[in-house]
Amino acid sequence: MLRLPRFRYMAPTQISEAARILASEGADAMLLAGGTDLFPNMKRRQQTPATVVALRDVERMREIGSGHCLTIGAGITLTEIVQSDLIRSRHAGLWQAAAQVASPQLRNMATVGGNLCLDTRCNYYDQTLEWRKAIDFCMKKDGEVCWVAPGSPKCLAVSSTDTAPALVSLRAKVKLTAADGDRMIRLEDLYANDGIHYLTKDHGEILTLVELDQVDDWKSTYWKLRRRGSIDFPVLGVAASAKFADDGTVENCRVVLGAVSSAPIRALKADAALIGNRLSDDVIAQAAEAGSKVAKPMDNTDFTLHWRKKVAARFVTYALRELRGDDMREMRSRVARHDLEAVGV
Amino acid sequence: MSERTSLLQIGGAVHNRDKIRMTLTVNGEDSEILADGTATLLEVLREELGLPGTKHGCELGECGACTVLLDGEPALSCLLLARQCEGLDITTIEGISHGNELHPLQDAFADLGGSQCGYCTPGFILSSAALLERKPDPSRAEITEALSGNLCRCTGYNQIFESVEEAARKIREENS
Ligand SMILES: Cc1cc2nc3c(=O)[nH]c(=O)nc-3n(C[C@H](O)[C@H](O)[C@H](O)COP(=O)(O)OP(=O)(O)OC[C@H]3O[C@@H](n4cnc5c(N)ncnc54)[C@H](O)[C@@H]3O)c2cc1C
Ligand code: SF4
Ligand code: FES
Ligand code: FES
Repeated sequence: MLRLPRFRYMAPTQISEAARILASEGADAMLLAGGTDLFPNMKRRQQTPATVVALRDVERMREIGSGHCLTIGAGITLTEIVQSDLIRSRHAGLWQAAAQVASPQLRNMATVGGNLCLDTRCNYYDQTLEWRKAIDFCMKKDGEVCWVAPGSPKCLAVSSTDTAPALVSLRAKVKLTAADGDRMIRLEDLYANDGIHYLTKDHGEILTLVELDQVDDWKSTYWKLRRRGSIDFPVLGVAASAKFADDGTVENCRVVLGAVSSAPIRALKADAALIGNRLSDDVIAQAAEAGSKVAKPMDNTDFTLHWRKKVAARFVTYALRELRGDDMREMRSRVARHDLEAVGV
Repeated sequence: MSERTSLLQIGGAVHNRDKIRMTLTVNGEDSEILADGTATLLEVLREELGLPGTKHGCELGECGACTVLLDGEPALSCLLLARQCEGLDITTIEGISHGNELHPLQDAFADLGGSQCGYCTPGFILSSAALLERKPDPSRAEITEALSGNLCRCTGYNQIFESVEEAARKIREENS
């Protein structure tokens, strides 16, 4: 059996108390939200915190608020996101991303905060202790070398969160709370393109809130590539959102690619190709070509490298066609192998 | 056990097993138990409470064999600490029948080949029971979706979906 290693369990009821514990325990302590990432990692001894600080009893992190902004507590589960009509109608990209994370049971347990802070993934890392020991440990945990690119000075493990690209595309901000106060940052600034130090926040900071502008005039979407229609992590995620003028001209937009790098990556050249234009087939093709250039997948996830590179442009195209208003339902169920309408029923 | 010892040694710190007292409400009954504070709900159900109906498969969240219901919603007992489940209503496969009378889902799975080796069956039945509670007349797409966190290596799934449809029909008949 794969049992958890020993650890001390603490379950504060206040954010301030959790932050204090983190500050005093330092790097030996890790936060536990739904545990659907942390516990598998602990069972495989990829992460072995001496103290686990559970956030589930912190009520304040379990609220959705909709005033001037939409605020989502970091402890809100992905099922709760899927069940929110407000999110479904106003922030479709986030809804589609959450609905395609893992499986129903995992979404019942998994939180949005945990999803945004999800550990990066790699075929050489997400293995049991014995497996990793047998080929010798890699740089991300206990070793020196990167097995994917032995010449690489940094770890190339993959950002595999579905909601992060969707939320970066929606221009989300997040609140980070530490023992000595809190700050709001743009979600895109939370990430660094480094498989080991993939979050820019201090270890003592807790992600407590996600904030979204309440904008009716933006449309958004998320397209996910994975082998099976459920359970699997993304091998590619394309999030796009856009604001259109009455005549269909793109006034503003954001294309973001997930799972092709150690961070969600904005495709700025795709944005530039779109802004000021209507979404004709030509404009979409140019943006897709520009957007797929930021995809720099490594050979450390599912599917072949060559095909993953090729398919990125196609996924950007699907996303932009959906924003244009094309009926993409058939294509989506073919790609997702899944009827998204049935999620959360 | 030897595997565990070596894991702990490589992991560095070896902690004493801290047993803690907890009260779990399983299938409507409160049990007070003394268990390891880092034990999963799956381990406690099988090893402390003598309820082996909940299966351990991957133990990493990938297969759904360990599915239980927490306050009526499917969750994976391999990724939950038992201590986190205090105060919640835990339903396992042992609690799904009424005395000697099988749940309509159990009847249907047995009659229609929804269960072959049976290893995945408790998880499928609990996911299905939660669905039928929410939606007495689910479409095939809704059934597929609700069961998409449970893997079966034997049936090819169609018999499972048919079993759920049959059970749903029976339950609706009984209630009408
Ligand atoms: C079989 C399987 C399939 C999966 N498929 C997908 C998938 O398709 N897409 C996907 O995106 N994910 C997937 N996941 C990963 C995981 O289930 C989700 O990312 C989930 O949302 C993580 O949330 P959690 O609450 O369970 O996080 P936890 O496991 O509790 O935490 C994850 C990490 O974030 C840190 N953390 C948690 N909360 C906070 C906080 N508030 N502030 C700061 N740090 C925090 C933890 O310390 C930990 O490092 C899968 C997992 C499994 C086991
Ligand atoms: S990318 Fe390299 S260093 Fe990073 S986890 Fe994979 S093998 Fe290890
Ligand atoms: S044993 Fe829990 S999901 Fe496989
Ligand atoms: S009946 Fe054997 S795994 Fe499903």
